[in-house]
Amino acid sequence: MIEFKIRKYPIIIIVVIVLVAIWVKALLLMFDDSLKHSAENNSRRRVVQYPSRGIIYDREGNILVCNEAAYDLLLVPHQLHEFDTAMLCADLGMTKDDVESRILKAKKYSMYRPSVFMKQIDSKVYAQMQEHLYRYPGFYVQNRTLRKYNGGIAAHVIGDIGEVSEAQIEADPYYQSGDYVGKSGVERGYENILRGEKGVSFYLVNVKGVVQGSYEDGKYDTVAIQGNDIMLSISSELQAYGEKLMANKVGAVVAIEPSSGEVLAMISMPTYDPQLMVGRVRGKNYDSLLHAPYKPLINRAVSSTYPPGSTFKVAQALVALQEGLITPNQSFPCDKSKVGCHNHPTPTSVSMGIQMSCNPYFYFVFRRLVQRGIDKNLYKDAAIGLGLWKEKIETLGFNHAFNVGVPGVNKGQIPGPEYYNKIYGENRWAFSTIYSVSIGQGEVLVSPLQMANYAAILANRGYYITPHLLKQINGKDYEGEMAQRVETPFDRKYFDICVEGMDWVVNKPGGTGHNAQIPGIVVCGKTGTAQNPHGKDNSVFMAFAPKDDPKIAIAVYVENAGFGGTWAAPIAKLMMEKYIKGEISDKNMEQRILTTSILPNATR
Amino acid sequence: MQQGRRNNILLNIDWVIVIIYLVLVFMGWINIYSAVYDDTHQSILDISCQYGKQLIWIGAAVVVIIFILLIDSKFYSTFAHVMYGLGCLLLLSVLLFGKEVNGAKSWFEIGTFRMQPVEFVKITVCLALARLMSSEDFSFKKIKYYFIVGAILAVPMVLILLQNDTGSALVFCTFIFVMFREGMNKVLFISAFALIFLFIMALVVDISLLMLIVGLLCVVGLVFVCGRNKYSRIVLYSAIVLSVVAVLLCSFLPEFSEKSVLVAMIGYGVLSLLMLIMYFASKQKAMLLAIVLMIGMGGFVYSVDYIFNNVLQAHQQSRIMDLLGKNEDVLGTGYNVHQSKIAIGSGGFWGKGFLHGTQTKYKFVPEQSTDFIFCTIGEEWGLAGITVILILFGALIIRIISRAERQRSTFSRIYGYGVASILFFHVAINIGMTIGLAPVVGIPLPFFSYGGSSLWAFTILLFIFVRLDADRLQVFR
Repeated sequence: MIEFKIRKYPIIIIVVIVLVAIWVKALLLMFDDSLKHSAENNSRRRVVQYPSRGIIYDREGNILVCNEAAYDLLLVPHQLHEFDTAMLCADLGMTKDDVESRILKAKKYSMYRPSVFMKQIDSKVYAQMQEHLYRYPGFYVQNRTLRKYNGGIAAHVIGDIGEVSEAQIEADPYYQSGDYVGKSGVERGYENILRGEKGVSFYLVNVKGVVQGSYEDGKYDTVAIQGNDIMLSISSELQAYGEKLMANKVGAVVAIEPSSGEVLAMISMPTYDPQLMVGRVRGKNYDSLLHAPYKPLINRAVSSTYPPGSTFKVAQALVALQEGLITPNQSFPCDKSKVGCHNHPTPTSVSMGIQMSCNPYFYFVFRRLVQRGIDKNLYKDAAIGLGLWKEKIETLGFNHAFNVGVPGVNKGQIPGPEYYNKIYGENRWAFSTIYSVSIGQGEVLVSPLQMANYAAILANRGYYITPHLLKQINGKDYEGEMAQRVETPFDRKYFDICVEGMDWVVNKPGGTGHNAQIPGIVVCGKTGTAQNPHGKDNSVFMAFAPKDDPKIAIAVYVENAGFGGTWAAPIAKLMMEKYIKGEISDKNMEQRILTTSILPNATR
Repeated sequence: MQQGRRNNILLNIDWVIVIIYLVLVFMGWINIYSAVYDDTHQSILDISCQYGKQLIWIGAAVVVIIFILLIDSKFYSTFAHVMYGLGCLLLLSVLLFGKEVNGAKSWFEIGTFRMQPVEFVKITVCLALARLMSSEDFSFKKIKYYFIVGAILAVPMVLILLQNDTGSALVFCTFIFVMFREGMNKVLFISAFALIFLFIMALVVDISLLMLIVGLLCVVGLVFVCGRNKYSRIVLYSAIVLSVVAVLLCSFLPEFSEKSVLVAMIGYGVLSLLMLIMYFASKQKAMLLAIVLMIGMGGFVYSVDYIFNNVLQAHQQSRIMDLLGKNEDVLGTGYNVHQSKIAIGSGGFWGKGFLHGTQTKYKFVPEQSTDFIFCTIGEEWGLAGITVILILFGALIIRIISRAERQRSTFSRIYGYGVASILFFHVAINIGMTIGLAPVVGIPLPFFSYGGSSLWAFTILLFIFVRLDADRLQVFR
């Protein structure tokens, strides 16, 4: 077979070519960057270090919200051996079936990766279980923090935290699935201040996700930055007292320090214990609160808007005076044919009009504001007048959503020409159509927060600081954009006239708010009894005190309670007295308020 | 003197083969150590671990070597048919009493030890073929011998296919090289070899790379057929230059697969044109044949590719891909290849260093101590390590071939070619599959993959040849 000897060459050449082809392909793999990237992703695990959330204090330095240790029980199924199931059941307070189904769920997720067996075990349960932990192979404990809400007050102000939503993850790349984020109240409003900065650590892991060590000795790791502690402007004492007074009533109270715009109390009734929104019980409690009567989850102080009723008359007077449409000593007859009124002497000045809360008086005031005679056409004239009025009245903080620090702020409503054009058609409405606005009824809607700010403007005689809940960040006074001083375009002398009227409301015979009198302190206020399409009138009162150097401005709404002077005024008085003097002079009145239940029948 | 040299086996064995063998086995062992290494197992001699066990296999292999060298070389040719029969019996019994591992019923289990008879059957088939083809009146000129050779190969192949071990069955295709060397019809060899090779490659490899290989093969074949003259030399050199340019161009192009096809086509066209001109200049028929072959093969590759992608239904495609182990399914076999490529690609030129591989160490690559042991080499020793290993295997195979050619005994020569072919097939397919060049068929990398059966089988296979080679002077033709 010598003739085939030469055939060894093609065979050798094939061998060489194939080996060279393999070598070339291996060389090409070295250049493939996408493979290199995959290699890093493969073996590098990013582990997030969660910062602890900032602590929340009240204005006196009491801790409203702090962090409490909690524990997640993790399970790595492949490390699971026989263990005393009964003991684990007893430790965790769960049934055997529950334990088994959770183990099955963990196994389904991964045999090698830890999955959460039980979330947020509190420290008491943990203390008991910890001693037995060594008997449960495959179970581990991971520290977490839970929020602890002290005192059970100010649920709507503080809010709560919960797992971040998909929409939020998409909007802000900082968040990742499973992160906790403020859901309501200042927890949400000041989320960016409270949350701190997450850190990351990189670990090398094997394909089963088991950590093999630190990546590049932690060169790329970052440390978590703790969240900032904040001090709220809320006074716990006042807040708690207000919540007590408002117990068994539906409504809202907002108190503001006029000189700083700091919100001293923000009460929404009915309320709930914020601690109900913590930990594993959150879901269940949230659900029951969501369906509870009077909707306790709504923060009425900022989210609900009501017709301001007669409290609006002060604003009407202010605008009319500034526009020169009435004089300080303007007199209008109490003509009950236009709008209903109670019996009182004829007001002979703006201050008296306010004091007596004369409806016809402000009917005429508003008529002058709307029908200024600028256009011969009555309808066009009304549209021009209303437009000018709207522009002015809105400077008092109406139709504006304040960035107070909690979500869900409703801007309320001041109807303008466009609004009525839409309802009635252009040139098809005039003052006679819309006169109920003159006394704060109809389409005017104001939130309790706006009402309190309105009282603060009057207290300051001309300006306000945007109401806000944040007083300090990490012990430094807050001076951010949330707390800007805003001037109003009204002269001081007109404020004095209006404030005089508010003084008379409380302190002069014939005033509607004498229930708000505080011995030794001049309270200025204005009652409102706002008609309510849903039932009995809402009782409204806005006030500030003392008249000179005001310390507190307040707005009180009690839904379906009737006269403003009867319910809202005493509550405002008690709170102001509590805040300024620290004690209550009229114990009977306090008792009456505390024990009265005014719950509307309507289950809306 | 002459008598002494004949009798002293230590003087007559080919130490080059032995040394390459020892180097490969040692490298295999340290790579198994690295592949299964983790911090908790400190002792390198721990027999509860794979590297500890492998050390035992290696020790036992040395004993086996001594036995083989002590046995008279006539034993192998005399009992070749008996051993073949025994081998087939083993395959039959493993079908009946064997244990199923990874879907293939190809293991005997005795206590904790497992044995895979298919590894040893390769040796017996090799011996039987050598015996048959070395018989006096054997010739490929007689059609009946095609059938006899076919039958010798077919019996074990069918039994192995029944075990569901496709990869090992395919190994027997490699004897086509032996048949070619022993006078198989040239055209039959080329067409059978080329078509099977191209069909599989067209589905597995980037079409452009494949066309380059085809072009080069044709040119090399051309040179082989017409001998070295002025014309064929010009064609050869320009083909090499063209291929280098094309490979470089392809690797620098951003979208490798799409534009590189174009580059390969152009290179292909230029080469064909060149050969056509050479044909008219030299009037050598081989030139024309080479052109026809080249264009024919290129067309075949392209049409396989085209039919697969555009004519076959999705489920048919995936079935074929499954068969070739080329499925892109991340959790299936595609996962292995992808992870393996990641590991090798991440190694770079010099590798990450011994025990420093992250991909293989942290068990991203499956079967990393057995079928995918090459990943560990690629990741930890880089291209440098890959180069060394390819050179070692290449040297071993070529050394065996050239030693085989020196045999006076036809039996020894054919057996030698059989050994070289089996080693070549295993090396090419095993390494090829780890880098995505070959279908994933679970066959071990000789001397590297963990496992006693495969180490022993390759040792026996190789050292029978060493023994035959040592006796070459005693045999007279």
